[in-house]
Amino acid sequence: MSEHQVTTAPAADERSRVEAAGAAPRPSALHRLLDSGAGRNLGLVAVLVILAVVGVGTADTFATASNLLTILTSASIIGVITVGVTFVIIGGGIDLSVGKLMALASVWATTVATQSFGPVVMILCALLVGMGGGLVNGLLIAYGRIVPFIVTLAMLISAQGLAERISGRRSQIVTDPTIGAIATTRLLGIPLLVFVFAAVVAVGWVVLNRTTFGRRTFAIGGNAEAARLAGLDVRRHTVLLYVVSGLCCGIAAIMIASLTTTGSSTHGTLYELDAIAAVIIGGTLLTGGRGTLIGSILGVLVFTTITNLFVLNNLDTDVQNIAKGVIIVIAVLIQIRARRTSP
Amino acid sequence: MSDLQRRRFLIGAGVVGATVALSACTSNAAPGASGANVAAAAGDNAAAGAAVTIGFSAPAADHGWIAAIANNAAAQAKQYPDVTFEAVNPTNDVTQQIAAVQTLINKKVSALVILPNDGSQLTSVGRAAMQAGIPVINLDRVFDTPLAYRTWIGGDNYGMGVSAGTYIGEQLKARGVTNPVIGEIAGIDNLPLTQSRSKGFSDALASFGYKVGPRQAADFTAQGGQRVTANLMQAAPKLDALWNHDDDQGIGVLAAIKQANRSEFFMVGGAGSANAMRDIKADNTVLKATVTYAPTMASSAVSLARLVAQNRGMGDLVEKEVPTSITLASATVTKENVDTYLPLGFES
Repeated sequence: MSEHQVTTAPAADERSRVEAAGAAPRPSALHRLLDSGAGRNLGLVAVLVILAVVGVGTADTFATASNLLTILTSASIIGVITVGVTFVIIGGGIDLSVGKLMALASVWATTVATQSFGPVVMILCALLVGMGGGLVNGLLIAYGRIVPFIVTLAMLISAQGLAERISGRRSQIVTDPTIGAIATTRLLGIPLLVFVFAAVVAVGWVVLNRTTFGRRTFAIGGNAEAARLAGLDVRRHTVLLYVVSGLCCGIAAIMIASLTTTGSSTHGTLYELDAIAAVIIGGTLLTGGRGTLIGSILGVLVFTTITNLFVLNNLDTDVQNIAKGVIIVIAVLIQIRARRTSP
Repeated sequence: MSDLQRRRFLIGAGVVGATVALSACTSNAAPGASGANVAAAAGDNAAAGAAVTIGFSAPAADHGWIAAIANNAAAQAKQYPDVTFEAVNPTNDVTQQIAAVQTLINKKVSALVILPNDGSQLTSVGRAAMQAGIPVINLDRVFDTPLAYRTWIGGDNYGMGVSAGTYIGEQLKARGVTNPVIGEIAGIDNLPLTQSRSKGFSDALASFGYKVGPRQAADFTAQGGQRVTANLMQAAPKLDALWNHDDDQGIGVLAAIKQANRSEFFMVGGAGSANAMRDIKADNTVLKATVTYAPTMASSAVSLARLVAQNRGMGDLVEKEVPTSITLASATVTKENVDTYLPLGFES
């Protein structure tokens, strides 16, 4: 990569170059399919199919529209957060603060003072708090030169503390009818939260795959030094990545405030691990530079479907967690196999 | 100013402005909420006794119930001119709580009220206090040995399940429902208190010939309640009754029921939050009753600590000393009696 020259379109084609290099010796249609987005996520698709078969076999209500919409609604909040985390991880970072940043934003947006200004201010407040948290993360990482793991861990702890401080460790009940209505509104029979989720994924996909911002993210995650030599402002881009993640937390905060009708410091506990697990089983490299958004979303759907299956069959929560662990390993194993057989 | 400078200035000003605007949004002064439940000093026990200092240690609040415990204890102590109240910083860390209680022992307080993070893990420090001659009032989560406390006061988890099961059983019998589908949303499953509640619930239902159908554990949070209930509504297309162990997580449970557009069943809550009681009073949700596990026990514990420290008995009892154990009864709050209990409800 060191031979990469500074050109008028610096490193914008980093990813396509890498992909082209990888794809060159595999001409067959089967191999191309395997290397496509769906192919790379074949493991997850397989797991989802298996889960669906188990679901149909064990619970009569599994394949109903209302149940599938319940799964999608449950997936919507962690799904939106996962979109942000996918950006950060592809860009070579990690964000542990997402769950508690969302909790902080939900608390901040639902205080008595904020609620008195109405729904627009509540939404703006959540978005600003999320982006503000992300901005602090990004500045400390890019300009303070502290490892992302440590910065975002510190943010997790202090966001939790601040959320507890503001809320007085109580559940703040959402009294604003507009915010409360977000979770109960349905368009064409589909909950509004699912539309929000779909919109965030769609925008995220376009930004990641069809814009310079997305290509820069892959380039920086793949090799930050090369990207810098190629003329990219790596620091500024890093800051922006964490702001994107924070923005997703802000969106998720309004969604969870609406879904649970509360803002609380207890929201989002361990969401960072769920999101990172979804990103990893979705085939994104933890070291950055390679990954897909669709994979991450499939990962989220796998986890939510498991929870749904266990509740439908009236099984214990502890067994659920064991199953999740096993499925993470199985999905990754299938992926490694699929990739090994494809060249 | 160059373009770049101007841009930086504008961005900077924007950030500062947003920060100022946001910080105005952190106020949480609820209109006219005091919240604490106290018993006015009355009867023989009201007469001022020797001045005593009561030490207090409890976990840091992670939801409304624990927050109410700390508020109630402090407010009750204020009722007595002869009591100095000394609360240590609340913490959710066992070793920190042990250290905090240790400092209270070293200060030689007259009596201690302790709600341990974990009864077993704080037993040794309870014993140390008793050996130092400081009577310990053990609040709710019981120590491993009676040697570690002078008096235990707490709620009745099994009884709470029985109250909920009995109410649901009676209601369904009265409606003549045969083979009802009865759901249960528990708190954290591996806690002994959750197991006792569930045992009481299924025992009470069994006396009516009913059994628990779909049962899931949430985690005492609104988020957990919402997630589990949304799925449970799918598992059970038709329910007759539902018991939710905890009114704080109940906010999420009710949200999920509303989002699923379900109303064919009735629901019973647990703990007795003011919010749940207001819903019961308004009678416009599926929530028709709640069984109490009242944080007023902290107020009572402070009263007991004062009597023990002053070597006095309880007013209406013949004995010259406070009993060693008091288990609070779990009341069933319904629309009929909600006005009596509403003042005792705690804010979520």
